Amino acid sequence: MTALLTATGLHKTFGPTDALTGASFQISAGEIVAVMGPSGSGKSTLLHCLAGIVRPDAGTVAYRDRDVFALSDAERTALRRTEFGFVFQFGQLVPELSCLENTALPLRLGGLRRRAAEAKAREAMERLGVADLAGKPPGEVSGGQGQRVALARALVTSPSVLFADEPTGALDSLNGERVMSLLVRTAREDGTAVVLVTHDVRVAAYSDREVGVRDGRTRQVAAA
Amino acid sequence: MSIGHTLLGLLERGPRHGYELKRAYDERFGLERPLHYGQVYSTLARLLRNGLVTEAGSQPGSGPERKSYAITDAGITDVERWLTTPENPELYLQNTLYTKVVLALLSGRSAQDVLETQRSAHLKAMRTLTTRKLDGDLADTLICDHALFHLEADLRWLELTAARLDELASEVRP
Repeated sequence: MTALLTATGLHKTFGPTDALTGASFQISAGEIVAVMGPSGSGKSTLLHCLAGIVRPDAGTVAYRDRDVFALSDAERTALRRTEFGFVFQFGQLVPELSCLENTALPLRLGGLRRRAAEAKAREAMERLGVADLAGKPPGEVSGGQGQRVALARALVTSPSVLFADEPTGALDSLNGERVMSLLVRTAREDGTAVVLVTHDVRVAAYSDREVGVRDGRTRQVAAA
Repeated sequence: MSIGHTLLGLLERGPRHGYELKRAYDERFGLERPLHYGQVYSTLARLLRNGLVTEAGSQPGSGPERKSYAITDAGITDVERWLTTPENPELYLQNTLYTKVVLALLSGRSAQDVLETQRSAHLKAMRTLTTRKLDGDLADTLICDHALFHLEADLRWLELTAARLDELASEVRP
């Protein structure tokens, strides 16, 4: 399989802390890879570097053979908006906007007109079973529903790579499971690659393979 | 699992033939290990002997599969008692994984390797169960959840033990 996103020899320091000390990563189209490791091991920094959000001190990140950090800021922003989707543990929906407007946001930022953006957003919400929440503000929906709206928003642009950082970390078991099965189903249907950062083995069990992170270094975990 | 009590529980919904009972059991509870006909009929014979079921007529033809069985009042009481009595929690104190880790440390082998190999095997089993859940119905989900939670408990032990290996090594090899 050809790699869609590749990172090699990543180093990143925040003040006195070495967050990444030689991390590598590779994911192919349609693959779901769990990035696992203890708290503070560098998982989230790795995800942020892969997504072009944090610039590593050394090492390269290539998306479809293009060096992500050689792009201009504007190009990298456009890449993130069109090719990547994001879902995090907390606080990702804009409280002042309705769930529909939240879902449509990446399309609106990409210049799509309101009516067209909201039509696509409604479709995405339907796929994730949250279309009935369209008019509600995020403050009026449950944690599980909010996370499904966030997932609809992450997938509304049909990204090639979905970055999910502890996507079920704030949910109870049943809601966590609903979100994960929807995430996996939708990603599989669309052929979306998923970088799934988690410390939860039950979430990691949804992946095709695992990359371990410890003390800022990655380790490919061989399948048994 | 108590096959006798499970068959009695199935009979509470109405009389059934041995074959029907086997099918109902296999459908709901026997995904990994379906019942053999021999088990069904020997269990029914025991329940009959103990007065927990009674013969409820038979269709023409010979052979045990033609007989229909019904639960008796004593059978209902027995199921009731079984359902309301808690199972003894299994304590897993004789743990093979623990033994392997200690033996690896004692013999100078890598206990880390033992733990990691086991972790991969556990995660692989969890992936298989998770895939089965995604493709299955609610019954599949519940059965797989039970297995997944047990595997998860093992995995948490493996991770914690990996973090305690130095401490354990100094106790095992002072």
